Amino acid sequence: MAMFIRVDIDEAVQGDEALKKNLVEACPVDIFALDGGRIVTVDANLDECTLCDLCIQAAGDRVKVVKLYRD
Amino acid sequence: MRLYEFEAKEVLRRARVPLPKSVMARTADEAAAAATEVGGPVVLKSQVLSGGRMKAGAIKFADDAAAAKAAAAEILTITVSGQTPTGVLVEERREVVQEYYAAVTWDGRAKRPVIIFSDMGGIDIEEVAEQHPEHLSRTHISNLAPLSDYQAKVAVSRVGVTGNDLGPLTRIVAALTRVFVERDMTLAEINPIGKLADGSFVALDSHMDMEQEARGQHADLLRSLGIPDEDTRMARPPTEFEIAGAKVNDADTRGIAGNITEFDGNLGLIIGAGGGSLTLFDAVQSAGGNPANYCEIGGNPSVAKAAALTKLVLSKPGVEKIAVMMNVVSNTRADMMARGIVKGVIEAGFDPAEKIAIFRIPGSWEDEGFAILRKYGVEFVDRSVSMHEAAARAVAKMATT
Repeated sequence: MAMFIRVDIDEAVQGDEALKKNLVEACPVDIFALDGGRIVTVDANLDECTLCDLCIQAAGDRVKVVKLYRD
Repeated sequence: MRLYEFEAKEVLRRARVPLPKSVMARTADEAAAAATEVGGPVVLKSQVLSGGRMKAGAIKFADDAAAAKAAAAEILTITVSGQTPTGVLVEERREVVQEYYAAVTWDGRAKRPVIIFSDMGGIDIEEVAEQHPEHLSRTHISNLAPLSDYQAKVAVSRVGVTGNDLGPLTRIVAALTRVFVERDMTLAEINPIGKLADGSFVALDSHMDMEQEARGQHADLLRSLGIPDEDTRMARPPTEFEIAGAKVNDADTRGIAGNITEFDGNLGLIIGAGGGSLTLFDAVQSAGGNPANYCEIGGNPSVAKAAALTKLVLSKPGVEKIAVMMNVVSNTRADMMARGIVKGVIEAGFDPAEKIAIFRIPGSWEDEGFAILRKYGVEFVDRSVSMHEAAARAVAKMATT
């Protein structure tokens, strides 16, 4: 169960095949995965997020990285 | 890793250092045969990885094969500092007219190897250094430049050795120094070098420690000495806790959680960074604390790895709190460590605010790390608090619980 990081994916991403592929490939700690064609986050890897922002560079405001400890 | 005397002497023999004739024996019968092969009076020396053999009665003398067999049978039953002998070195007994000491080791302050030489060998060299400093020389050598025999000559002559003794002693010290450098030793020692009545010299006892990390590089040497890969040469077999620690490290290639060593104390340690582990372990002890373990964490471990190590340390019976302390980090991230440690504590079923005595990992991404620690109520400090002060605070907290 992730304690420190949550990643929100805008529903609009699901219709962009290239972006989904980019997100899976860009994340250095495998937070994104394809599940039946939908892009999802892998709960076991969320806390490994290095805050590198590669996903945000790829998706802009369609992906949001939330630091749960900053609430 | 430490070499047995018979192995160290084989290394010296290959380096052309003169030695008394000797044969290694694993049983009393072999010792009798060895005594016959060596011929004449022999000395039988227990092969253990610690000192104190003479005091323990594990060095004996014999004039013939029958006496050698009896002596070996007795030596093989004697444990020295808890160690069972791997065999007995049966060596030609030589009468010496003077004993010398030679060693090469690493000088941590000078950050260079140092040749230590004395004309008072055969006794505790620390005692010589304290009581007879004029009989001991320290000669530093370069890490990079090739060794010149002249440097060995300087080391020997500094204690007043001259004339016919200077040449042979110089050759022995130069050979010893080359072994130290070429074989990545942390210590290469001959004590004593014996001067015989005919004016020649022999290495009577030797002690060598090789860098553990250099084993792979010197696999050829170790193989030729008959040392198998599984022979770790550790002072004792690893405990279940230590085996579990090694598994934590091996399970995830990201970063390091290494050298996890079990102790009997109540303060678990998650420590590391640039030699910080040793300093912090000593600092805890200096402050009167009782470490439950030693470890070396660094190289930016994953959150999962830091959490696994934390859970392991907390699972150890008797551990009341953990102290998380590192030197100033650059490649390791303070926030990832904070996540891992807090997660490990919570997954172990404890409250981070209560279980973490102190968190001191200053450096890269520390603001994010501090935000995490603040949220979970963990006491943390930055680099303005020294490692010693942080250790003292952790120990003080143990006293109040």
